[in-house]
Amino acid sequence: MRRIVVVGASAAGLAAAETLRREGHDGTITLIGDEPEPPYDRPPLSKQILAAEWQPDRLALRVPADLAALDLDLRLGVAATGLDLVARTVRLADGCEVPYDGLVIATGVRPRRLPGEGAHVLRTLDDALMLREQLKPGLRLVVVGAGFLGAEAAAVARRLGAQVTLLEPAAVPLAHAVGVEVGQMLARAHVDQGVELRCGVTVTEVTEDGVRLADGEVVEADEVLVAIGSLPNTEWLGGSGLAVGDGVVCDAYCEAAENVYAAGDVARWYNPLFGASMRIEHRTNAAEQGMAAARNLLAAPEARKPFAPVPYFWSDQYDMKVQAYGFLRGHDEVAVVEGDVAERRFVAVYRTGGRVGGALAVGMPPKAIRGWRQAVVTGAAWHETVRTDIPVVEA
Amino acid sequence: MKVELEADKCVASGQCVVAAMDVFDQDDDGIAVLLTEEVGDDRLDDVKEAIAVCPAAAIRLARP
Repeated sequence: MRRIVVVGASAAGLAAAETLRREGHDGTITLIGDEPEPPYDRPPLSKQILAAEWQPDRLALRVPADLAALDLDLRLGVAATGLDLVARTVRLADGCEVPYDGLVIATGVRPRRLPGEGAHVLRTLDDALMLREQLKPGLRLVVVGAGFLGAEAAAVARRLGAQVTLLEPAAVPLAHAVGVEVGQMLARAHVDQGVELRCGVTVTEVTEDGVRLADGEVVEADEVLVAIGSLPNTEWLGGSGLAVGDGVVCDAYCEAAENVYAAGDVARWYNPLFGASMRIEHRTNAAEQGMAAARNLLAAPEARKPFAPVPYFWSDQYDMKVQAYGFLRGHDEVAVVEGDVAERRFVAVYRTGGRVGGALAVGMPPKAIRGWRQAVVTGAAWHETVRTDIPVVEA
Repeated sequence: MKVELEADKCVASGQCVVAAMDVFDQDDDGIAVLLTEEVGDDRLDDVKEAIAVCPAAAIRLARP
C-alpha cells in the first residue's frame, strides 16, 4: 500500500495520519481538509475561545515541526466532492483527482440549522470567533438547544454578562443522554446563574428579531445560537456505493469497503463492547478511532482488531466539570453510587440491560470514576457491582 | 526521550493514564501529572498512544 488518502484534517484525520507513520507506512499520505487552518482542536471553541481566555493559536493540535515531521501531502482549504471506489480516486473541489490504495474517511459533521437567516452555529474556529465578537454584557442571547454544546456556550455567555435564554424542546435537558435526575441538576445550575431556561418549547425559525416558537410566540434576541445537533458530512459520498445511514456505515474494524475506513464523528461502526452500532461525536473517540482505522488499514486481515472503546466525554459548565465513560444513551436505570446530586458532587452509574453501561461524575476526583470505567470495560454485571453495594476495585 | 506536559491545557480526561499508567497520573482535580519525565524505548509506544488520545493535545515528546 503506497498511497493513502485521509479525508478530513481534524482530530480523527490527524490521528490516522500520525498512526500510519508510527506503524511504518512510508508511502504518501495525502491529508485533505476543507478548512484553511492546519488541524485544530474543537472542544475549546465553546469554552476557552468563546470566553476569550485563549487565542486561536492555542488550538493547534500539533506544533508545525511535528506536523512537518509527518511528511504529508497536505491539501487544506479544499473539500472532497466525490469518491470513485472502482477507480480508487477522491475528487476534490479544485478539480484534482487523488488516487489512493487506502482511504480513511474522517469528514466529521456540520451543525443542523433552522430556517431563517442570521443565527450563529458553533462548529469551526470562525463560528466561535464570530459569536465571541458579539458576547458583551447586556447582550440578549437566545441559545436554541440545551445539549452540551448549547449549555457550555450559555454558561460562557452568562459569565460574560449576557442575558441568556436557553430554549429546549425536551421536558428535561439531556435526559435522554444522562437521565432525568442529572439533567435536572444541570438545568438547575443554569437557572441558578440567571439563565432563563424554557423547556418543552419548539423553535420553528430564526427571525430578524430573534426566534419564532411553534405556537407563534417570538422570543426576542440580539443574537441567536443554534445548537440542535449535527449532521454527518457524507453527501460527497453520494453515488460512490458506500453504505451511508446517519454516518458512514462500517463494521467492527471501522471498514466501510475494501481498504476504505472511516473514523471520528462521521463513522457509524459496530462497537462489539456494547453489541451496538454507534456514531459518537466525542473528541476522544475521534482520536482513538482515527488510530484504530489507520492500524487496521495497514494490518494483514488476520491481524486487524475490532474497535471496541469505552467512549469518554467531558463538559465544563460554570464551576462544574462533568465527566462520563461508557455509552449512556438508551440506559434503563441510573444509580447514584457516591456523593449527592443536589450538592453537584457525585458519581452516577448507568445500567443498560444487565450490565454497567456507563458512569458519570461531577466534582469528584478522577479515581472515583476510573474504577467504573473498568466496570464498563469488563461489562460488569449490574447486580454484582451496584445492587449489592460491592465497591468496584480499580484494576 | 523526555515527555513534556502542558498542565494548563489539560482537561482532566485521564486518557493518558489509561494509555501509560506508569508515566502519567492525575491530581485530585484530575489534572495530569508526570510520574517521570524520561521514558525509555520500552515505554515510548504507550506514551505516543497517550499523546494521540489526549483530547487537549497537552502532551509532547521533546525533540532531541
